[in-house]
Amino acid sequence: MSAIVLRHGLIVARAGSRLGDVLIRDGVIEQVADQVEAPPGAQEVDAEGCWIGPGLVDLHTHLREPGREQAEDIESGARAGAIGGYTALVAMPNTEPALDNVALVAYVLERGSRTPLDVAVAGAITRGREGQFLAPMAEMAALGVRLFTDDGLGVQDPLVMRRALEYAKPLGVTLAQHCEDEKLANGGSMNEGAVSGRLGLIGRPAVAEEVMVMRDLELVRLTGARMHFLHLSTARSVAMVVAARRMGLPVTCEVTPHHITLDEVSCSNFDPRFKVHPPLRVLSDVAALRQGLRDGTIDAVATDHAPHAPELKDLPFDEAPAGMLGLEHAAALAYEALGSEECSPITFFDVLSRNPARIAQLRQGDRRFGMSGQGGDVVEGESANVVVFDPDSRWRVDRTALQSRSINTPYHGRELLGRVRSTIAKGRLVVDESVLV
Amino acid sequence: MIDSIRGCSLLTLNDMSCAAITEVLDTAESFVEVNRRAIKKVPALKGRVVASLFFEESTRTRLSFEAAAKRLSADVLSLAVASSSMKKGESLRDTIATIEALGIDAVVMRHKSSGAAAQVEGFVPNVRVINAGDGQHQHPTQGLLDAFTVRQVLAERLGVIGSETGSSLFEGLNVLIVGDIRHSRVARSDVAAYVALGASVRVAAPGTLLPVDIDAWPVSVVEDFDEAIEWADVVGLLRLQHERGTGSFVPSLGEFTFTHGLTWERARRLKSGALIMHPGPMNRGVEVDSRVADLDAAIINRQVENGVPIRMAVLYLCIVGAAKGEVQ
Ligand SMILES: [Zn+2]
Repeated sequence: MSAIVLRHGLIVARAGSRLGDVLIRDGVIEQVADQVEAPPGAQEVDAEGCWIGPGLVDLHTHLREPGREQAEDIESGARAGAIGGYTALVAMPNTEPALDNVALVAYVLERGSRTPLDVAVAGAITRGREGQFLAPMAEMAALGVRLFTDDGLGVQDPLVMRRALEYAKPLGVTLAQHCEDEKLANGGSMNEGAVSGRLGLIGRPAVAEEVMVMRDLELVRLTGARMHFLHLSTARSVAMVVAARRMGLPVTCEVTPHHITLDEVSCSNFDPRFKVHPPLRVLSDVAALRQGLRDGTIDAVATDHAPHAPELKDLPFDEAPAGMLGLEHAAALAYEALGSEECSPITFFDVLSRNPARIAQLRQGDRRFGMSGQGGDVVEGESANVVVFDPDSRWRVDRTALQSRSINTPYHGRELLGRVRSTIAKGRLVVDESVLV
Repeated sequence: MIDSIRGCSLLTLNDMSCAAITEVLDTAESFVEVNRRAIKKVPALKGRVVASLFFEESTRTRLSFEAAAKRLSADVLSLAVASSSMKKGESLRDTIATIEALGIDAVVMRHKSSGAAAQVEGFVPNVRVINAGDGQHQHPTQGLLDAFTVRQVLAERLGVIGSETGSSLFEGLNVLIVGDIRHSRVARSDVAAYVALGASVRVAAPGTLLPVDIDAWPVSVVEDFDEAIEWADVVGLLRLQHERGTGSFVPSLGEFTFTHGLTWERARRLKSGALIMHPGPMNRGVEVDSRVADLDAAIINRQVENGVPIRMAVLYLCIVGAAKGEVQ
């Protein structure tokens, strides 16, 4: 592995950001200085005008392997992640079959270890994600699994959820919930409101999400177990989680790039590329989520990267599967939601890297199973997971130029500000000049 | 606002101007005369190909459209997709690509999914798509023929023909739409048509059958059906799907009739001259008492008859795009 030198970037660190160079060698950040001397044969990256920060960590990636490799596999998902500036992904367990046992978890970890990134696994809470019987969480935890979720669906039965929290607590793992009461969601396909009513589409109301957030906060209060709230999409949901945390409950939450940049009006043309669960909400929700991100009450931006084969997004809106791509554009969309020119680089890396690494237990001190440390500041001695982000680069989303195997992005044609220029994962330069090396 | 459907697809009546709707009604008026001839055929669409694509079967609507197309001398390709191998899961894009290859000018389509017609229009921008009902979204030709029928009957009473009246007969007209508004594509199209033409519209429904976005509709909501009966010049009834009346939306069909059925007692309180309409098929004894449905005030058969001239007008305007007066 040759050494890498990043030149003349803004090196972002909580203790104080500075302009300078970074020398990376043997998987470690070896030197941070005004100017470093490049060892012979070093790869040089021009970071002029760019932010140099910790590699991004995605808490919520649907890699589709095993079972739906025509939409994505671990290798293609990792490439998409690298382009997006990610150095670690948490693979969600709603594969076919579901990741609810050690054999499948080991399979995904092994496949992930062949990619340049760290691929962690979120295990299923219940067997087959069927919401009835607990999956073997302790065995999976012994393989290093730290997050458990039935995502795709929330755990509907409150008694099962209570038992899962009680069981998880002494294991030191976190349960992550997709909050939507499916009874109240009523098979709907977009947000319930002015647009769904006009379009004659059944709505998934905000209250379907909020009722489950409220229920689970009370179960956390009862059990004391840790819980992470996936893809919150309404102002009320965030307000409830924030209030609970102020009262000392061990809860964290994330928002997606799409819920902070799109609203329900996008569904007006019946384009299934805008169909996602929870659905795109109203502008006041978008504004509240953005505010929560800026003021630090929302912990993380997580992609909910959900590839689907193209023919499935040509189905009628109500029949098409929910979900959209996320990895390759998340950094620019988060930058936009954080106010573009007003975006603080500290906040940017907090929500895209540090906090997700903390929630997924992927930091330097948590190291396990061949994974490197994620989400640390760019300081000497940290694992060399680093991203170079150019906040001034303007570019246009092109669904024909994606690394993902799928093309179901709702952003095709949209101009974005801010682009990942380079990704260094585990000490290797995997993306440079915004293309795979 | 859309001021004419000439040369366009017809997906929804939302955003249609009064002029656009009046143009369709006036064009239909000229086709009524064609339908009274011994040889009910004009060469307006000779050499054109219209495909009817009914993913959800509706024999009445399909036959009405096909008769309309044939009377305009179009070639009709009727694909009974509802009963063929094309089922849930086949992408709309694939289905439409197959028939586009046959060189069609227009597709008349019915689908159980809201928005399906709009999606198809996106796939085949050179083909006119005429929405014959999509899920709970829109049923534009039903809205047009309802407005046409009202105008025709009111004009007859004045001894004139409808096209001489433009939209004037709708000014000050009170239209009350009753029943399952929430799930009704007919209600959405009717409201758009009546409001565009200048009528005043109220709706009455059990709380569970009002749409969630009713506050955004250009209508007022009547809490008590009985209080609005005497206000209405036109009562538009809607079909109640039986499963909606078995506990999930209303406790029973009997209770629906008790609160929102047009019973004999309610019908007796209607204004003299008030019109009763229903898009069919009727559940006699549920939305409407059987004796009420047979009153002269009930112009349900006129609605059915007017289906053909309205659909001729829509096909003609959408496909040919010619100006008024060139019909014959
Ligand atoms: Zn989810």
